[in-house]
Amino acid sequence: MNWTLALPEIVLACVGMATLIFGVLRKQDSTLLCTMFTIGGFLIAGLLVLTGTSGFGFHGQFVADPFSAFNQILILSGAALSSILALGWNRSEGIARFEFPVLMLFSTVGMMIMASASNLMTLYMGLELQSLALYVLAAFARDNLRSSEAGLKYFVLSGLASGLLLYGISLVYGFSGTMDLASLHVLLMNPASASAGLVVGIVFVLVGLAFKVSAVPFHMWTPDVYEGAPTPVTVFFATAPKVAAMSLVLRVMGTSFASLLGAWQILVVVMSIASMLLGALAAIGQTNIKRLMAYSSIGHMGYALIGLAVGTADGVRGVLVYMVIYVFMTAGTFGCIMAMRRKGRAVETISDLAGLASNDPALAMVLALFMFSLAGIPPMSGFFGKLYIFLAAVQGGLWTLAIVGVLTSVIGAFYYIRIIKVMYFDAPAERFDPRPASLSFVVAATGLFTGFFFLFPAPIVAAAQAAAGVLFK
Amino acid sequence: MTAMSNAAGFPILSLITWLPLVGCLVMMMVRGDEQTVASNARWTALWTSLLVFILSLVLWVKFDPSDAGFQFNEHVAWMPEYKVGYSMGVDGISVLFVLLSTVLTPICILASWESIQTRVREFMMSFLILETMMVGMFAATDFVVFYMFFEGVLIPMYLIIGVWGGPRRVYAAVKFFLFTLTGSVLMLLALIAMWLHAGTTDIAVLMHTTFPIGMQSLLFLALFASFAVKVPMWPVHTWLPDAHVEAPTAGSVILAGVLLKMGAYGFLRFSVPMLPDASATFAPFMFTLSVVAVIYTSLVALAQEDMKKLIAYSSIAHMGVVTIGIFTINVQGISGALFQMLSHGVVSAALFLVVGVVYDRIHSREIARYGGLADRMPAYALVFMLFMMASVGLPGTAGFVGEFLVIVGALQVNFWLALLGGMGMILGAAYMLYLYRRVIFGRITRDDLRNILDLSPREWVVFAPLIVLTLWMGIYPSSFTSYFDATVGAMVQHHTAALAATTKLAGNVIMSVGH
Repeated sequence: MNWTLALPEIVLACVGMATLIFGVLRKQDSTLLCTMFTIGGFLIAGLLVLTGTSGFGFHGQFVADPFSAFNQILILSGAALSSILALGWNRSEGIARFEFPVLMLFSTVGMMIMASASNLMTLYMGLELQSLALYVLAAFARDNLRSSEAGLKYFVLSGLASGLLLYGISLVYGFSGTMDLASLHVLLMNPASASAGLVVGIVFVLVGLAFKVSAVPFHMWTPDVYEGAPTPVTVFFATAPKVAAMSLVLRVMGTSFASLLGAWQILVVVMSIASMLLGALAAIGQTNIKRLMAYSSIGHMGYALIGLAVGTADGVRGVLVYMVIYVFMTAGTFGCIMAMRRKGRAVETISDLAGLASNDPALAMVLALFMFSLAGIPPMSGFFGKLYIFLAAVQGGLWTLAIVGVLTSVIGAFYYIRIIKVMYFDAPAERFDPRPASLSFVVAATGLFTGFFFLFPAPIVAAAQAAAGVLFK
Repeated sequence: MTAMSNAAGFPILSLITWLPLVGCLVMMMVRGDEQTVASNARWTALWTSLLVFILSLVLWVKFDPSDAGFQFNEHVAWMPEYKVGYSMGVDGISVLFVLLSTVLTPICILASWESIQTRVREFMMSFLILETMMVGMFAATDFVVFYMFFEGVLIPMYLIIGVWGGPRRVYAAVKFFLFTLTGSVLMLLALIAMWLHAGTTDIAVLMHTTFPIGMQSLLFLALFASFAVKVPMWPVHTWLPDAHVEAPTAGSVILAGVLLKMGAYGFLRFSVPMLPDASATFAPFMFTLSVVAVIYTSLVALAQEDMKKLIAYSSIAHMGVVTIGIFTINVQGISGALFQMLSHGVVSAALFLVVGVVYDRIHSREIARYGGLADRMPAYALVFMLFMMASVGLPGTAGFVGEFLVIVGALQVNFWLALLGGMGMILGAAYMLYLYRRVIFGRITRDDLRNILDLSPREWVVFAPLIVLTLWMGIYPSSFTSYFDATVGAMVQHHTAALAATTKLAGNVIMSVGH
């Protein structure tokens, strides 16, 4: 069995159940305590992941290796940042309930299983555990019409995507006789075993996963859900599940179906180009900053997919580095967005930021830093993410992707610097309310990471290299 | 490649590069009311930039002009998996630009002492960050490090134009940003391609790497996209007049003085030495664009009603002379281009300051708004005349030497090139003298000009170093040319050898096909 490999997941799930029981039994409001337990659980799980050993468990259904560890640490960081951000927000919005951190925790368990799946069945179980919790989270502000709409929309579309994925899995199983990722890899070494039915199955699997990373043309849900869901949930949506889904895409496509690269590469190339273009062009007209960030994240997933399209260890390393940088700068940006409150109400249009540089120079400076980073201007971290991706693309000879990539990043720069323009060049609007310390902490921490990544790229890149090396032995 | 040597005995280049950021940190610490913060920021910025300037004099003194390679080298491993290092060093081409940046920064800070009254601290911080980026870019000897500084310049400059600029500042700032960024990202692709081909991004190694001829052309075009926007060359120059007109005086000064040199420096640092065959192939193309720029923008300058716009167009014309000089790829041409870059850095910076003086008093840059200033401001008229003459290229001033050398270099390539390039001097005389006549001579017609004040002591302090430099460069140019003679000589030699090798290779192929 070798169940100790899954210790981080098991411990985290136990913490979740204990927290749930504690929250139900306690008479007073226990949101703060439950959040603390959850964050503690994340920390313990993170430590267990770091100290854990590698190997296969549960009869080859579950794998722990540097690749899963890398992604799990990133998922846990994203989840922890979101739950810290949620603390102040939920209280001021009147939706502070202890179920919130618990749901986040269970969703995180699902994501960790996704990162560790070495079997299509395990993959699906992790994915569904993640999604079920996310449906509830999206609709968490249940008295708010937009939030309920976001939850319902995500539920319906995500259900459809899960169906496609499951259908793909069944085709793959039917035509190959196995659901084990390693066995599929061995089987497909022989080109004769790649029947048409199997390829159709792979396409369905890819489509189902593309929905989760919101790559074009499966992105439709993203802007509405990002805009409608309570902002801490949006942060969560934008960070941890993206990492989990991307790790699945990488593992499934990069190991099992790697030898069929010729068959699916064109799909990834098209999705990548379409995502970059849509992310750059559709965001220009947005006035709501959460919607803008939704399109921005679609664009960023397009860049990350370049690394997958290359289909080499260098490409995967690029994706992993990109995801690390993406998670921290996105969490930080949303932290700044959550600081946008006037008279106790959240405001979310871009013009609300007018003249922020005079009212609140510190916040304006950090948000400007994130914007330059999202635009990929050195020395911010966002530049390095793109650098490693383009490096892999050129190395793999995918010049089209590299050229489209750099040109869309110029188009994208337009709307990022427009936000800086609003903050620095426009006449000041009213001040924002004072912000909770938890929010300042997250913004400062992610800001430091984004601003000073250039000083120490080596350790993260080395870790990503080790993780990518597992997939390409 | 020279051995790792550092004549200063301590990491002088890193110190000069990063010291301005320490000044920024100090400014951020200051608490108090707006007045305290502002005056504190001004003094901190001034002292920091003066300290940086004094330190950079070490380069002037200790630089060994007989060594063509990089000096004051520093190297720290940075991205070891790809052999990218944080490496710094200066050679004959870059050392004087580091000095130009460190000279102009304190002057800019002093020039904006009174004219910048809002958000003084942020302004001074932007300027110091800009100094870090400029110096770092000229001192970088690694392509990735160079690229980071090269693009990093956008951030402070975008804010300087956008926050403290004129009425159309948003348009100008965004246009500046997007134009430059478009070029830069294409350079990034070239950088990656060269990186993968050579296995390193060390500039000294790349200079001795031979790239296949087909690849060279593509790389040249990608680098061209970036540097041509920065120079700026016709027809991608349109961002410059907007940026100059809207930027505050100090912003225009640094833009004309240093930022325009980044493009030409890029051509000299990367395109010419690393891509010799493509440089030779594309030279006629570059000459055409440059000649068009010289004549067309000079004519446009003649028709301007706005003083800053006129000087902006004259900058494009002068930089056209620089690009002609660079692509003649002979010793006179390149030396002339370098000298012209330095003299333009001083003279155009001074001319923008000259405009700034009257703008601070009357708040208009419209030429027709002035006239007869000689009566009320004799000292100002004198200073203006000196820089106007230097811009025209009067012998004895900085402007003459560079243009003269470039024309000598161009004559060796093609008579018509020299003739058409030389047209810039004639047209330059026309538009500058016309400007001078309209602003300085004539009769005072407006009341507010009757009691306009002459140069203040602070303004004298601002102009004094520039006057000294202009005359020094004009009267005794060899104290500057001696710095880059060795490097330029080595570059031209390397270029000729590389071309000969290609021809020989082609000859061998033909011979072997013939057999």
